[in-house]
Amino acid sequence: MNVNRTANVRFVVVLCFSLLITLGVAGQPSPTPAPPPDPFALQKAPPLPAGMKGSDATDPRTNLSPGLFDAGEAAFGIKHLQLLRKPDAFQLGLDPEGPKMGTALGALGIGNPSMVPVGMRLLLGGLAFANSDLAFQGSRVFVGNFYGINIYDIADPADAKLLTSMVCPGGQGDVSVFGNLMFMSVEMQNGRLDCGEQGFPAPPPPTNGQGGGLPAASKDRFRGVRIFDISDIRKPKQVAAVQTCRGSHTHTLVADPKDKENVYIYVSGTSFVRQDEELAGCSAGTPDKNPDTALFRIEVIKVPLANPQAAKIVSAPRIFMESRTGEIAGLKSAATHGTGTPTPTDQCHDITAYPELGLAAGACSGNGIILDIKDPANPKRIDAVNDPNYAYWHSAAFSNDGTKVVFTDEWGGGMGARCRANDPNVWGADAVFNLKDNKLRFAGYYKLPAAQADSENCVAHNGSLIPVPGRDLKIQAWYQGGISLMDFTDPAKPVEIAYFDRGPIDDKMLVMGGSWSAYWYNGRIYSSEIARGLDIFELTPTQHLSQNEIDAAKAVHADALNVQTQQRFHWPNSPAVAKAYLDQLERSRALPGAEISAVRAAIDKQDKSKMRKLGKDIGRRYNASFGQDGVRMQALAAILKKPGI
Amino acid sequence: MTRIIRLAIVILSLALSLVAQESGAAPLIVQPGAPGQPTKVLPATTRAVLAPVAVRDVEFMQGMIHHHAQAVEMTALIDDRTTNKELKLLGARISHSQAEEIRFMERWLAARGKPTSMAAKAASGGHEHHHMPGMEMKVDPIMMPGMLTPKQMDALSNAKGTAFDRLFLTGMIQHHEGALVMVQDLFGTAGAGQEAEIFNFATDVDSGQRAEIKRMQTLLGEEP
Repeated sequence: MNVNRTANVRFVVVLCFSLLITLGVAGQPSPTPAPPPDPFALQKAPPLPAGMKGSDATDPRTNLSPGLFDAGEAAFGIKHLQLLRKPDAFQLGLDPEGPKMGTALGALGIGNPSMVPVGMRLLLGGLAFANSDLAFQGSRVFVGNFYGINIYDIADPADAKLLTSMVCPGGQGDVSVFGNLMFMSVEMQNGRLDCGEQGFPAPPPPTNGQGGGLPAASKDRFRGVRIFDISDIRKPKQVAAVQTCRGSHTHTLVADPKDKENVYIYVSGTSFVRQDEELAGCSAGTPDKNPDTALFRIEVIKVPLANPQAAKIVSAPRIFMESRTGEIAGLKSAATHGTGTPTPTDQCHDITAYPELGLAAGACSGNGIILDIKDPANPKRIDAVNDPNYAYWHSAAFSNDGTKVVFTDEWGGGMGARCRANDPNVWGADAVFNLKDNKLRFAGYYKLPAAQADSENCVAHNGSLIPVPGRDLKIQAWYQGGISLMDFTDPAKPVEIAYFDRGPIDDKMLVMGGSWSAYWYNGRIYSSEIARGLDIFELTPTQHLSQNEIDAAKAVHADALNVQTQQRFHWPNSPAVAKAYLDQLERSRALPGAEISAVRAAIDKQDKSKMRKLGKDIGRRYNASFGQDGVRMQALAAILKKPGI
Repeated sequence: MTRIIRLAIVILSLALSLVAQESGAAPLIVQPGAPGQPTKVLPATTRAVLAPVAVRDVEFMQGMIHHHAQAVEMTALIDDRTTNKELKLLGARISHSQAEEIRFMERWLAARGKPTSMAAKAASGGHEHHHMPGMEMKVDPIMMPGMLTPKQMDALSNAKGTAFDRLFLTGMIQHHEGALVMVQDLFGTAGAGQEAEIFNFATDVDSGQRAEIKRMQTLLGEEP
């Protein structure tokens, strides 16, 4: 999420305006004011721009019934296993009738809790406790939250359990894990070095127009990247906290394949630059007026693994610089959505590194960029693109072979309804680019095909690859649009092959919620639902994805996963993988049915000599002009010739 | 009981307690300390606490609603006064985004039981205005940073064509720069800007208006 517009509770308006009238107009004869427009009323999408198409309003996901925990659901090819509701320590109070809730409402100026419908109480202050990004290690999933991190044990994925709730506010809680270390992004003003939930005191109410006179700068404030030791998973211990000028909206862990002693953290800051009084050396402004501006850069933190306490910023690369002229503000967005003139890009929202390739893809507000990260402390921009349909470049993912990059556009910042029948299906969408010789070339758009309601925040958000061999698949979060599985094997024509969706939290107003991140990890899909908790799913076979392909994906095991640090999938030479390729070649009719049956029979009988013979035949017939089917044939032939049975 | 059995029982119970700690035990709620400091275990009854909302937060929202309203007013002048296509596009965008932001700010204030406009605040006993005995109450315009004076608004309203374009762009740049001052003031006030929604909103106003200022400077020909 980048920005937000949290809707709240309609009745409070009524309450508020009646309050206003009582307080404000009491004693003064005054004409009855026209009723003010209800700011909670849902907004209809403007008409589609000429030549554009919207999402499909006849999809079964379009009119699901609303509810926080009893919303209607629609699914295809994805089975919901479990929802672990957000723990009590990360909400205002699970008991909406309890005294704690009364206190919380009181703090919001609502003296009489009975004025607030029970179901809505849990959602007050929702963003402050929003679930955010995910990381994985062994049998654990780390669920980031604006208020801290929750750690779950997923050894039994059908019965996952909360292990640890770590309270440490500061948002957005983007999290990654490496060995015994856990990293966390902090950007907000309430972030404290000591993880305190109290934030910073406001001065006493002004008297005679004078404020309390307290300085805003505080040495106790923390905005940057926290580092925890998680050797004791039940009690993470903060070992370092690296301050940055703009805080850390997201971060990316970069391990240098040649350097086992350090890891690097790329810090993407998107917020305002803090005062020099709080952190020496921080200043803002455009580079023509201030060449030292903390805008127009990322920061690189070097973390010595044996001594993480010594982690520090080692560089602040000017990755938007025009190398020819040395102009710091050297990159510009496209004139998006017909807004006239381009603007300079001064921030990355998120960066995905692929250390094995020595590359990273940056989603940098106005541009998509490619960085050479072979020297991790000194990333260098080697390509950049923009796109007139893109409002905000948000995240990036390479295909497993590194020949494609999927970017996402968080048009509207994540809090808006942007997947309606009248919202263009190329705005707020994924864009798939081919990557060849370090050059990006646009291939196609993909957007959640199902129209969503006016009360559902929905736009492209975070996702990960699913290791089905022979295909490029990405499971992806669309906030209240649910999760969607995209096949981008053909980058010019990405298509949806599976989905899960719930109805809106509320149908009268937009209450923020939905899937922030949906990632595949060792056979299951995990989704951090902003308002509801942690969802766990599995794939089920359909005509678009066979059980063999799912089994082949499950054959790939990762010890840990930080999605923005890509690791290459490798598949074993197993029958399951061979059968996955066979299913694909059958679906595309690239091999005759009789031959497919013969190979299947040989595999089932474990007849190695037959398999070798068939493998040689298929391998010999391979021809580069077969495209993706040729890749599958080659891979199948290789397994048949050397089956790991 | 032999020592071996006793030892076995000790080891077994230790192992069991470890297993219990790892899998069966209730989740632990913890709060780390500053770097190097120990981590506290919090009671199971711990519930989340909202970040404080400062007086300045409320004033910022009320002031920004008022500030944005003038931008919407200015964009409403465009259609009758110029044919500049780029300016019309820009105006539509500003009008749309500022109106949307006004609604957001109204929701934020309403949900916290606060008056949604400065006028309402004044009417409810705010200190900005003085009653003149014997005179019809006339509200002086409340000026937020960067807002156009009544004189500037009149000049804009009376201009046409390229003169209007120029006045509009310089006026809106002045206006937007005022919003940046307001954001700076918010984050420069002790205790303010900590609540999650106001933090994100003010951050967004800051980057959004910076970008629009750049666009307008380009249209004015001040930027290459």
